[in-house]
Amino acid sequence: MEPIIELNKVAKRFGGITALSNASLSVNKGEIVGLIGDNGAGKSTLIKTLVGVHSPDDGDIIIRGKKVTNWNALKARESGIETVFQDRALCPQQSIVWNIFMGKELRYPFGFIREKEQIREANRLIREIGFTSELINADSPVGNLSGGERQGVAIARAIYNNAELIILDEPTNNLSLNETQKVFDFVLNVKKSNRSVLFIGHNIYHVYDISDRFVILDRGEVVHQINKEDIGTPEELMKIMRDTIKSH
Amino acid sequence: MSREKSFVGNMFHKNGRALGSMGYFALLMLVFLIGAPEAWMRPNLHQSVFVMMPTLIFLTIPLVFLVASGEIDLSFASTYAVAAYVFALLVKAGFDPALCILAGLATGTAIGGLVGTLIVVFRLSSLVASLGVLFLLRGVILLLTNSRSITLLDIDTHWIYPLLVGKFYGFPMQIFWAAIFVTFSYYLFSKHVFGVHIHHVGDNAVSAEQMGINVNAVKIKAFMFVGFGAALGGIFTTLITYTFFPTQGFGYLLLALAAVFVGGTPYWGGLGTIIGAVFGVGVIAYMEIGIVAIGWSGTWRQFFNGLIILLALLGHRLHGERVR
Repeated sequence: MEPIIELNKVAKRFGGITALSNASLSVNKGEIVGLIGDNGAGKSTLIKTLVGVHSPDDGDIIIRGKKVTNWNALKARESGIETVFQDRALCPQQSIVWNIFMGKELRYPFGFIREKEQIREANRLIREIGFTSELINADSPVGNLSGGERQGVAIARAIYNNAELIILDEPTNNLSLNETQKVFDFVLNVKKSNRSVLFIGHNIYHVYDISDRFVILDRGEVVHQINKEDIGTPEELMKIMRDTIKSH
Repeated sequence: MSREKSFVGNMFHKNGRALGSMGYFALLMLVFLIGAPEAWMRPNLHQSVFVMMPTLIFLTIPLVFLVASGEIDLSFASTYAVAAYVFALLVKAGFDPALCILAGLATGTAIGGLVGTLIVVFRLSSLVASLGVLFLLRGVILLLTNSRSITLLDIDTHWIYPLLVGKFYGFPMQIFWAAIFVTFSYYLFSKHVFGVHIHHVGDNAVSAEQMGINVNAVKIKAFMFVGFGAALGGIFTTLITYTFFPTQGFGYLLLALAAVFVGGTPYWGGLGTIIGAVFGVGVIAYMEIGIVAIGWSGTWRQFFNGLIILLALLGHRLHGERVR
């Protein structure tokens, strides 16, 4: 299996606080990896380091076998990694279309925006995702949307660029059952097209249902990795998680 | 909610603020027209407004970008004088005035860039830091010039003079330059990547950064644009009056800021309107000159300026709370 992204002993400190100390993980092509851990285990820091929002203090980030330097959020997106952040990373006063194309606008030469094309694509995407009601169009400000609809916009943004790896940080938080199912459908669709997902959650049942492999994070360290085939039930995963964290 | 209603709602969300400040402008015109029809009909009232408006537009429009990006700058009122000083000094030294204009503009842009870098890199409050720069630069100007002005009597013999501030069928040329500036800024603000990023950065800088937008670079560019606009204002005024004087620009500080907010750009960032700002400038410029023109004492001016700012703010409140 060929890994799309690898983290090798990555460390990140904020002032005197060590948020990540020995984080190593990889995501292979066509694989869904579930990243689990307690609140404060460093899940979000790990993600933000992985996608270049934070720069690591130590360790390597390797994309398709190549070590990267001066890693940043734009480079991550340009190398085919899209993220749906926990806070959804939206600008509520701006329109849906501007949010979908935020940072990766469709441009004419000299930086002018391909407005019509963006609107057409945005309308197609929000219908495709199926999160939003008929009333909403690409010009609606995101601030008027419900939590589920906002998540839909964030996901639409992640799929537009045909990313090879999509990272979902707590994507089912505050979503209804119906909306949660839509997120799952989306993840399975990504896998079907032989692309990868890194799924972060603290609801073990959600993570268990859709992941192929689990990575357990505790106090900034990756303490255990296990394939779904090797365990039978979410309860078993929960027990493994509890044991590794205790023994750690 | 019907589909039409949401369409109208979106239109209002997009253009309500611009329409609002257009409304204030129309209202003010109406008040003058009814209150003092004779004064209003006199062409020299409008002529003096036309002299003031372009300068105010050069200052105000870039401020819309900066305020929409979530920052503010007060130092532009001094940058205005520094750029004009560089221009006047170089002209006096015998350089070609066209080149001197470029040098002045470069100076203004560079000062804007420095102020922006200072604020962004050291994470300073833009209000306080730019207030410091406002005084600092004015102090430098006063020291360098020894509080003396520079007169450029022969400047109108150069080809650039009629091109920039001459008359075209009776209209001052600076109106056309201001119109070009507004058009350019409108497209830059709402149809160009730079303007779009300004909106994102001012709306939610954390989100913008996560999406790969270089927040600091966007903000510094906005400060540079403010510096550029200030330099334009300073140089145009110096050309029109044939004089650089060391206190130049100070009077525009609060007027330009007032025009931004009367124009419908909210203080909290993420939103702004170029068209609205033009009407904001119209309101402020006519207020400055109109009060006196209709025969009231100039002592009323500040009172009415204050009143219109408050009324405009209350009016723009109708466009709703900040959505989060």
